[in-house]
Amino acid sequence: MNAMTKSAAELRRAARNHILAPRLESPFHDRLMALSEVNDWYNWAGYKAPHALFDGELEYFAIRSTAALFDISPMVKYRIAGPDAERYLNRLTLRDVRKLGVNRVHYTAWCDDHGHVLDDGTLFRLGKNEFRLCCQERHLPWLLDSAFGFAVDIHEETEEIAGLALQGPTSYAVLRDAGFAGVEQLKPFHIGAFPHEDGDVTISRTGFTGDLGYELFVPRARALSLWDRVWRAGAPHTIRAIGYGALNQARIEAGFIVANTDFVTAEGALRADRVRMPDEIGLDWLVDPDKPNFNGRRAILDARRNQSLKHILVGLEIEGNIPAEHAIVYHRQKHEAGLVTAAIWSPTAKRNIAIASLERPYGSKFTEDLWVEIYAMRELKYQKLMKRAKIVPRPFVRLARRTASPPGLT
Amino acid sequence: MQKYDALIVGGGHNGLVAACYLQRSGLNVAVLEKNGWVGGAATSRELTPGFLYSNCSYVCSLFRPEIMRDLELPKHGLQVIAYEGGAVFTRDGDYLASYRDHDSHRREFARYSKRDAEAYERYARDVTRQCRFIQPLLMRTAPDPFGFRPRDLSEFLYLARKFGEFSPQEMAETLRFWTMSISDFLDEYFETDVIKAYLALSGIIGTALGPMSPGTAYVLLHHYMGEVDGSVGAWGYARGGMGAVTQALARSFEASGGTIRTDAEVSKILTRGGRTTGVVLANGDEVSARLVVSNADVKRTFLKLVDEDTLPGDFVHRVRHFKMRGSSGKVNIALDSLPAFPALPEGSSCIRGDMHFTDSIERMERAYDDWKAGRWSADPFLDMVIPTTLDPTMASPGKHFMSCFVQYCPPKLQGRDWTDADRDAFAETVIGQIADYSPGFRERIVHMEVRTPREIENEVGLTEGNIFQGELTFDQLLFNRPVPGYAQYRSPISGLYMCGSSTHPGGGVMGAPGRNAAAEILRDLKRSPEQMSKAHDVI
Repeated sequence: MNAMTKSAAELRRAARNHILAPRLESPFHDRLMALSEVNDWYNWAGYKAPHALFDGELEYFAIRSTAALFDISPMVKYRIAGPDAERYLNRLTLRDVRKLGVNRVHYTAWCDDHGHVLDDGTLFRLGKNEFRLCCQERHLPWLLDSAFGFAVDIHEETEEIAGLALQGPTSYAVLRDAGFAGVEQLKPFHIGAFPHEDGDVTISRTGFTGDLGYELFVPRARALSLWDRVWRAGAPHTIRAIGYGALNQARIEAGFIVANTDFVTAEGALRADRVRMPDEIGLDWLVDPDKPNFNGRRAILDARRNQSLKHILVGLEIEGNIPAEHAIVYHRQKHEAGLVTAAIWSPTAKRNIAIASLERPYGSKFTEDLWVEIYAMRELKYQKLMKRAKIVPRPFVRLARRTASPPGLT
Repeated sequence: MQKYDALIVGGGHNGLVAACYLQRSGLNVAVLEKNGWVGGAATSRELTPGFLYSNCSYVCSLFRPEIMRDLELPKHGLQVIAYEGGAVFTRDGDYLASYRDHDSHRREFARYSKRDAEAYERYARDVTRQCRFIQPLLMRTAPDPFGFRPRDLSEFLYLARKFGEFSPQEMAETLRFWTMSISDFLDEYFETDVIKAYLALSGIIGTALGPMSPGTAYVLLHHYMGEVDGSVGAWGYARGGMGAVTQALARSFEASGGTIRTDAEVSKILTRGGRTTGVVLANGDEVSARLVVSNADVKRTFLKLVDEDTLPGDFVHRVRHFKMRGSSGKVNIALDSLPAFPALPEGSSCIRGDMHFTDSIERMERAYDDWKAGRWSADPFLDMVIPTTLDPTMASPGKHFMSCFVQYCPPKLQGRDWTDADRDAFAETVIGQIADYSPGFRERIVHMEVRTPREIENEVGLTEGNIFQGELTFDQLLFNRPVPGYAQYRSPISGLYMCGSSTHPGGGVMGAPGRNAAAEILRDLKRSPEQMSKAHDVI
């Protein structure tokens, strides 16, 4: 045996000390640690991740006014490659992967046999036969089991690949000044490979903020140098590193949903009634009935035909300015109609907005006369408020700069 | 001649639970215990100076919190301390640990297989779903399809409704789960031997079946449906050893006016005209009562303590064939220092949890093959804990008590009785296995108690030393436990009830059989069970 290659048992033994650091540190941890003024960390899928670095409310304005750098390394990542990769992913996911060109990304979701959503995520087509799937939850057994009969290789690469989201009106200017020549060519959902050190960085014009923005992926070893390159170029463009609190505000404004926050994933649900079909969480537009068979197809189409869908996800605009997080939604102030899963006062829309899951026919047939009951804890007393809610389309905030091509500098 | 309202035959945890509830409901109750102490199989005994031994049961999870609260057991000294995970040592000098922290647990599994690491989630979800189904049934009397009184009908409806909350897929899963082997079940989730071996442990503990025997998946569930302070599936140590459970029960019982008589072995349950009238003790004394509640197992109760001519023939036949096979032994060890396990990193939490040396299902099954042949396993499966790593009351600082549950260990050796020499050779098998992974282990031993089924039956009274008073296979559960038609704690003799683990919902230090039996007795007496709070909701 080659003395240079470690045996599986040696590698396994070397990994024993993971228990000494129960929270993984992201490849960017050293930089985040140095920038963290408030030491406000939370557990993101086993990683130590910042909830805020200096001030969550101010961090939000980096997204909407300058450039915000957010570490997305903890996002679960799978590399899917092989001659059957396209066919495999087409069976696995809701959208038609044949329509996803090389160097393109699309947002998608995948379901179990009963049409219940297992997760949503972004699918990057890095080559004809090579993809990266990014998502919130872990699915390796599902992905491997689904690969039965397909010539495809599936590799979990969460810890190997570092990811950064650079979002905000000056994000393009930052990348340009960082020397990523040609990045202006990237239209929304386009991917490009750009040289960095002795390798490449994959940059896509994607994000979770509804703003102009990019996502950058590199192997772990080149993470810090990438951060430094972006950070140096970003200084004149007022770049700030941000935590999840700020990002969450932006994503609600953009109307994006988060697995196991706005819906319960099918593999995580203990209670049989908690699972959701795509049409029940606002993902009906991903379902492509015209493409070849995909997992959950029959159940989803049956539910549509039989009108047996039980829930619906809606955007709400609520009177007043008190966020309605986890408030119960009522019809005519009387009948329980659903639950608010995410809510904020939107600094950009200047409106009190929310994402809610309603039980049909509320939200489908009965769309008027909806109310939310807000329990606002104020100095150890609940101020109970019954506020009128109006169903409005998502996104709540629509920014022209998100899709402008070429991208603007500010 | 003393007269009581109710006599409890045997002072095990279920007997004491029943006694407490009945006494608190206004009956005059006496517990008759053959040993010089109460506790049955939940005891803490100072078998060598300075060391308390949990010498039978050794960990706590199943004991129902409703009972702890109703009977004020915390006030009477009961504390249960949750412990951290544990480990299986592998033959190649490594180990597989289990951690309470979700992500650490995943990363530990990922050392062996990334797939298995991510599969654990689905596995845990499926097992939890089954637990949520079974948990509410623990504190209810099983419906009796033989009686079909309105109550049984409503219990059946309850069962059907519980089942009805399941999707058709879940119903299918439940039926599979209740009948599958733990090995087959785990194969559907995992690929790594040691991971499967670790998870299979709970499927065979206390059971005369191997991991490849159908029905063992349910046994696993039985070990997962407990909790420590709402954390379902968690296990803990009773502070002061498992005797703390029964000592708290005994104090609670006496505080409410009950009588405990130790060294009072019941040799016969008296009947007249199909009714019980009391008992005769081994010393010849008679104690009369209109109710007798037997905490002894169903075989001991009806094949030894009751005259067969007072019982229906088919009932006797079924009792004789109730599966209560001895399958395990116990080696309890006092140590003058904490054993070292070089495979574990310095300061590892694993030493505070349950430790094992069987790293594949195949080894487990081979251990079972020895049992079938009437031998103790040459390469046994151990469930080993050192409660003194968390409990300062069982030994002085630096000293430790170690409990080793050993499987498999037959009630007879190829048809003949155990001898002391056999027992010592059995112990050597166990010590040898530990010493293989813990250098210097033998030198740390101060004292050792070795219990084969012979010792367990003789002291505790469990037939064949079966720790569950009857195996937990689907044919012996719900309305089939222990005998169809007699699953509601009553017996063919009026006034004679059963309250031990031979009855629904079965073994483990759970207390539910004792409580359910008390509820049925109070129902027969037309007394409302005011002292009994409702079972906690599973939401």
